[in-house]
Amino acid sequence: MDLSNYRVEGFFDELTGPSGRPRVASRALWKYLKGLHPDELSDRRAACELASLTAGITFRVYIEDAGVDRAMPFDLIPRIIAASEWAQIQAGLRQRVRALNLFIDDLYNDQQIIADGVFPGELLENSENFRPECRGFSPPLGVWAHICGSDLVRDGDGTMYVLEDNLRIPSGVAYMLENRQIMKRVFPELFEDSGIQPVDEYCGQLFDTLASISPRPADYPNIVVLTPGMYNSAYYEHAYLAQQMGVELVEGRDLFVDDDDCVFMRTISGPESVDVIYRRVDDAFLDPEVFREDSMLGCPGLMRAWKAGNVAIANAPGAGVADDKVVYAYVPEIIEYYCGEKPLIDNVPTWKCGNPHERAHVLENLDQLVVKPANESGGYGMLIGPRSTKKEQREFARRIKADPRNYIAQPTLALSTCPTFAQSNVAPRHVDLRPFILSGAETFVTNGGLTRVALKAGSLVVNSSQGGGSKDTWIVDTEGA
Amino acid sequence: MSMLSRLAENLYWHGRYLERAEDLARLINVNANLNLDLPKRIAPGWEPLVRITGAAATFAELHDDTDERTVVRFLLSDPDNPGSLRNTLEYARENLRSARDLLPREVWEQMNSLYLAGEDALTGPLSKRRRHEFLRELILDCQQIAGTLLGTMSQDHAYDFILIGRYLERADMTTRILDVRADDLLPDELGELPPFDAIQWMSVLKSMTGYQMYRRHVRTRVSGPDVLAFLLRDPHFPRSVLFGLGALESLLHDLPGDDDQALRAVTRMERRLNEMNLEGIKGERLGELMDELQLEVADIDRCIRQTWFLAG
Repeated sequence: MDLSNYRVEGFFDELTGPSGRPRVASRALWKYLKGLHPDELSDRRAACELASLTAGITFRVYIEDAGVDRAMPFDLIPRIIAASEWAQIQAGLRQRVRALNLFIDDLYNDQQIIADGVFPGELLENSENFRPECRGFSPPLGVWAHICGSDLVRDGDGTMYVLEDNLRIPSGVAYMLENRQIMKRVFPELFEDSGIQPVDEYCGQLFDTLASISPRPADYPNIVVLTPGMYNSAYYEHAYLAQQMGVELVEGRDLFVDDDDCVFMRTISGPESVDVIYRRVDDAFLDPEVFREDSMLGCPGLMRAWKAGNVAIANAPGAGVADDKVVYAYVPEIIEYYCGEKPLIDNVPTWKCGNPHERAHVLENLDQLVVKPANESGGYGMLIGPRSTKKEQREFARRIKADPRNYIAQPTLALSTCPTFAQSNVAPRHVDLRPFILSGAETFVTNGGLTRVALKAGSLVVNSSQGGGSKDTWIVDTEGA
Repeated sequence: MSMLSRLAENLYWHGRYLERAEDLARLINVNANLNLDLPKRIAPGWEPLVRITGAAATFAELHDDTDERTVVRFLLSDPDNPGSLRNTLEYARENLRSARDLLPREVWEQMNSLYLAGEDALTGPLSKRRRHEFLRELILDCQQIAGTLLGTMSQDHAYDFILIGRYLERADMTTRILDVRADDLLPDELGELPPFDAIQWMSVLKSMTGYQMYRRHVRTRVSGPDVLAFLLRDPHFPRSVLFGLGALESLLHDLPGDDDQALRAVTRMERRLNEMNLEGIKGERLGELMDELQLEVADIDRCIRQTWFLAG
């Protein structure tokens, strides 16, 4: 196929340099794509679509209150990162998650970071995800966020930044794993001696991470994945991970906590004890005894059992306190405070609207900035300044003044692009990257992660709930190739 | 790791709903044939099917006419009929969905295509010829799922629960068919037997695919009491009630736990069935007996739920 006209102006492109020539790590792929006959290519695309359809890779979206299973759009052209660069990013993510876990543990215990004036204590008072019920408790190994999905973006000059950390119930890893399966099936020849690092150790590492926090280390742990049920948008992933780990996928009603604060699941042979719960249910719904009383998705008594040390819960209840756009703004200080090191990966420059100076700057520049509420996920409730109307800006100014603590603002990033199939040709589309970091007795970082891609020309919204798609992500070892 | 009660319950209901879908398809096709074979004045028409499926009250609220179009639409796809074939297929699929990892992948795929074929056929108008064809294929598809399970699935507890659901549903359906049909067919006065009696009893056999086997094993001409005895008590025919109870007995034996109330309920029903005197039985009395058997089925269902499923 003809790639000679592929040029990207004003953005960093993941596969090609400014002259349109492929970067070192993408040379082999570029050469291969060029040699591919268009018919051959459309065959492969059809094979891909069929593969994801039969695998039933879907997520659920709600349109006018009706749930619809949508196939996750998948783009054939992978996103490539050189192994040498990835090694640095991995180190940065390890450092970051280590610091975040120390920070959460400190907040729920001594609050030394507040006493030392590094983190303002008043931020906790209206923090949506701070759980007073967790005060004075420290989970096994001091780890709160066992599974973290951090979103990375690359700016116009090629610098990688962390855009946000998802410490509550990050999702997307099943798509990462399935995307690789599809690519291997459709382009086997590309994987022969091209130095692409494998991704499929993830489920084994997840199992080991969960096993390492079991309250009964001597026995084979009884691990379960707790799902809100098949109408949840990520149910496909819950079922996938449970199956790959060979553990039971349970719903809240399958579990109960007895008077001795032990957790059991209801089986046809009677109660069976549970050691570790990988929960994909939000804090608020986890335990009607402690949180929302009307929740049917959790199990009464889970918090009792957790605090008694009879069951491990991943991610720990309350871990979301660090999954807050305002806390995010302090992560560089948090890393320096706990690790005594400079952050290896930077934050996107961030203004905190809670601070009067910074708020003034934000209110004056609403047409330039991206404004985000503290606790929304999935790209909801944001203002994208350069694409907003005056009316929307006035509305956001009102919201910020009414609740300044709840908002941060960032410059509009020139998100990097990656060649992507458009209607009939290959065109640049904006991407981000969500690697997953596992913390237990050991720390693991995925080789790559889930690359999300905005499918509309010029769009910056990559979320699958809003029409984004995904790509396979290759970490390519150029030295050995 | 023992099986989750919720999954056991889902598989049990999957077994029940899939059997229900298949039996409903058989009933409709056989009834259509029967009506073609009989003169208008004695043809049973379509109303008995509404009674067999236990939907008489729902139907009466919605419709005045019991003509073929109305009844068949009601049974196949009426959104106001919770027991419609379309709903039954959906329940069979949804109950399988959460437990699909316990079964061979083909089974889920077959269930999915069956459901999609149903959605496809049952959303628009359906000519009689297309209808017959579709129902015939549906019966074969259900058989294919049963066959795939038999040929590829380990006979573990997951498999046991599907079969328990299937046999219990079949026993329930058989007693319902006999209840309604016998009411129409067995004269209360020992008078003249209707001339088309044999044809109608043949159709009862056919709705349970029992005609050929009856011919081979019973070796008498088709008559009411013999057909009754065959469908209720034949030890070798897989759709007879007694055969189903025997299967249930050995399946329940395999299940964990020391609570044998379900097993006791099954043996109680077997005893009841064996003690029944079917000689010279009349319509009304048969109806009472079938009602008793249906209560026994409901009791077995209750015991199974109490023993192995999530406390309701």
